[in-house]
Amino acid sequence: MSATESGNVIAVESLTRKFGRKAALDNVSLAVPEGCVYGLVGGNGAGKTTLVKHLLGTFKAQTGSVRVLGEDPVRSPVEVLSRVGYLSEDRDLPGWMRVRDWLRYSEAFYPAWDAEYAERLRERFGLDPDTRIKRLSRGETAKAGLLAALAFRPPLLLLDEPSSGLDPSARRNILEAIIRTVAGEGRTVFFSSHLLEEVERVADRVAMLHQGRLVFEGTMEDLHATHHRWMLRFPQAPAGHPNLPGALHLEGDGQDWTAVSEGDAERFRTEALAAGAEITGHSGASLEEVFLARVGHAAVLED
Amino acid sequence: MRLYLAPNSGTPIYVQIVEQIKHVIASGRLVEGDELPTVRALAQQLVVNPNTVLRAYQELEHLGLVVRRQGSGTYVSGEGSPLAETARLKIMTEKVDALLYDARHMDFSREALSELIDERARALNLDHETEGKRTPDEGDSKA
Repeated sequence: MSATESGNVIAVESLTRKFGRKAALDNVSLAVPEGCVYGLVGGNGAGKTTLVKHLLGTFKAQTGSVRVLGEDPVRSPVEVLSRVGYLSEDRDLPGWMRVRDWLRYSEAFYPAWDAEYAERLRERFGLDPDTRIKRLSRGETAKAGLLAALAFRPPLLLLDEPSSGLDPSARRNILEAIIRTVAGEGRTVFFSSHLLEEVERVADRVAMLHQGRLVFEGTMEDLHATHHRWMLRFPQAPAGHPNLPGALHLEGDGQDWTAVSEGDAERFRTEALAAGAEITGHSGASLEEVFLARVGHAAVLED
Repeated sequence: MRLYLAPNSGTPIYVQIVEQIKHVIASGRLVEGDELPTVRALAQQLVVNPNTVLRAYQELEHLGLVVRRQGSGTYVSGEGSPLAETARLKIMTEKVDALLYDARHMDFSREALSELIDERARALNLDHETEGKRTPDEGDSKA
């Protein structure tokens, strides 16, 4: 698959970034088609923010290439940033401004700003125009940042951990905004998150980053077609781990084990039966289960 | 129509939507000619990707349970009944399978299970209500 094909809003090819000797990104390639909701998942320190910074042109690719809306974000920052609605994880908004000032201030940056739409969003998000930003709650601050990222109707919305540290109601607003963005005008959303349930809900495609490497990249449909969860029962407890090469992850002891398999389900079934197991349950694996199976249960998923 | 999603269940969300709408049709809560919510409306209500809802509607159309009319909407089809029959059978088969696995894990014999089913049916007073009629989908008839 070539990431430079036209029609891709984001194309990252063989991107490697080292800080000292440590590779924060190691040969990462991904392509985000137009109109897609793309979820980037990974634990702390997996390289998500480093990747986002490359997309914004904050970091220059050491090896490999990055294209956003067909441009190199380092060489053409204005062309790229004027068409990307970005919400940063730390949401550094000017605290002394009132919400009303914040809207006018943001409007000045973007020729395509839609003041009527901004006002509708402000009402929907329940933001009082007279409140100073530093007096807003975390969730409200996130909504104010999101508003500014949406109101000029950018073709690409780039959200770095948009739900991080938010209450469920603010999280819901963010997810709804993502859905409206793609449902309405076929624009594209790229967001990073450690909340796998949210990614499962809204993403078409997903990339899993672990220690700077992509451990999975594909559509949610592919993910579900190729990963399965099994409950196995052995008539006699195997000594050590059961020998099942198709299992990405095995957990259990004694007679009862659960496995997450990769690849063709029937092949794993045959493998498990041949190993003497009785299959007592079989279902699809969730994004969270696949993630844990791939990166190990030790990976930190907290804020 | 209210649907409930469990994103972490391992069942793809479009499958969850398909299964639940089948259930709604099979149980007679939606009948021929009833309109389903638009893709956008359902996506926003469920907070899921609109492509996922579209995928579910395409699947339901493929199964013959709904017809999609360009620019107008998605309606429960008149051919729903025979397929609803299959859907009902499939739903009950899954529930029975799960019950059989549980019974086995708890060392419950088949005879003991059958007896328990008869006993519960008597206790819930279901037998005489459902004789010769279709069985209401347990637990969902209230919606």
